[in-house]
Amino acid sequence: MNITLTLASMLRGGIARIRAVNRRYAKPRLAMSPAVKISLLCLRIYLLLLVGLLGYKFITLVMP
Amino acid sequence: MNWIARLYYKFQRGWKAIRLYLVLAGPGLVVMIADNDAGGITTYATTGAKYGYYLIWFLVILGPVAYYVQEMTVRLGAVTKRGHAEAIFDGFGAFWGWFSLLDLFLVDWLTLVTEFVGMTAAFAIFGIPPWLTVTGVCLLMGIMVVNGRYWTWEKIAIAFCALNLIYIPSAFIVHPHVADVLKDGLIPNFPGGFNGELFFFLMANIGTTIAPWMLFFQQSSVVDKGLVEKDIGFGKFDTALGAVATVVVAIAIVIVTGTVLRGVNIDDAAQASKLIMATHRYAGEFMAIGLFDAGLLGAICISLASSWAVGEVFGWAHSLNDKIKEAPWFYVIYFFALITAGLVVLIPGAPLVLITLFVQVVAVTLLPAALVFLILLLNDKDTMGDKVNTLWDNIINGSIVAVIIVLSTLYGISTLFPNLFS
Repeated sequence: MNITLTLASMLRGGIARIRAVNRRYAKPRLAMSPAVKISLLCLRIYLLLLVGLLGYKFITLVMP
Repeated sequence: MNWIARLYYKFQRGWKAIRLYLVLAGPGLVVMIADNDAGGITTYATTGAKYGYYLIWFLVILGPVAYYVQEMTVRLGAVTKRGHAEAIFDGFGAFWGWFSLLDLFLVDWLTLVTEFVGMTAAFAIFGIPPWLTVTGVCLLMGIMVVNGRYWTWEKIAIAFCALNLIYIPSAFIVHPHVADVLKDGLIPNFPGGFNGELFFFLMANIGTTIAPWMLFFQQSSVVDKGLVEKDIGFGKFDTALGAVATVVVAIAIVIVTGTVLRGVNIDDAAQASKLIMATHRYAGEFMAIGLFDAGLLGAICISLASSWAVGEVFGWAHSLNDKIKEAPWFYVIYFFALITAGLVVLIPGAPLVLITLFVQVVAVTLLPAALVFLILLLNDKDTMGDKVNTLWDNIINGSIVAVIIVLSTLYGISTLFPNLFS
């Protein structure tokens, strides 16, 4: 019982810390100039493509 | 008489600068030499065995490439007094921050496993069982950090960096034909024409030159050491010296395998060591010792890169100058990554080859983002002041980053789809 309570307390503490980090960095400090916006958009597209490729590879491996 | 006084004055100034450098040296040297980690040694060994001396010119080019990228982390760390993870959270918000932090932790952990693979394979050559290697490494790395002083940790790390130079005497032991090394190696060429296999090797060499953990490690290391804006010149020199050392070591490995194992297909550096031992005992043994040392250096830096990053973001104490009681979470993360990665290697039938390949794929999800963030942060005039990137910096660094992103991405994709470039 004690272990469950301790784990629950640790989990709550962890979530609270993550929320605190999210609050602290909620607003990007860097000015979102067109160059920054374009760079971040390109990164998002790049990551989506890469995750898509990983997904495709996984599916073709599992279901050849 | 006047010229003697002037000479003495210049000598005193030079000696003072050297002494100051010796105090400030560390982050650049360690990160650059640790760049030749276990995976790097395997890449150079296979490159030499496959193409002889013909790709040495390419390694020479990679030195400045690594320098220009890493130099930016020195400036950013010295000016902002923040690690790269914290700088990303602060500059780009929580989404990109979490993405970078979680990706870094995953890439670091997977890379750490590959370092243990290299270390256990290297010591297995001397008959030392993997469990003993893993236990010894964990104990050694524990001793390095628990004394609670950055200075001590750094000096021990530099001693291991010096051991990494063991490949240089190896290159002389195998008696390469110097004229061939110069003639074949220093003139840019594509042996056998530019084909898919050669392209894969070029990409692999670039992939080992710049890794995501290096950016995070050096910036955090600069902050933990306490370098400030006026130290940036020394920090840059330190990085440049490290870049020279890393290229020299890489070339020495290529010379060893290019001389002894030319035309032999090898899978890893441990296999190369055994084959070299058959004809050149000491060169083979040095190769194995160097492989262990490379894995150890990689493990030292990578496990710290993760714990520094997590500590920065959560606002926990995260300095090597803190004792365990003062920074418990910093050390918990350090030992957690270290011990779990070591244990994976000891699991019978663990998919180590798959993990080694997977590292490259996961790394390319983080590397472009970390590099782009680095360039954008270095262009933030409000933060960087007069240390902001100049137009010339942006042209050089932007071009390098673009090429690294394209080639490392292609390398990652070709790991997923091996027949892509064949």
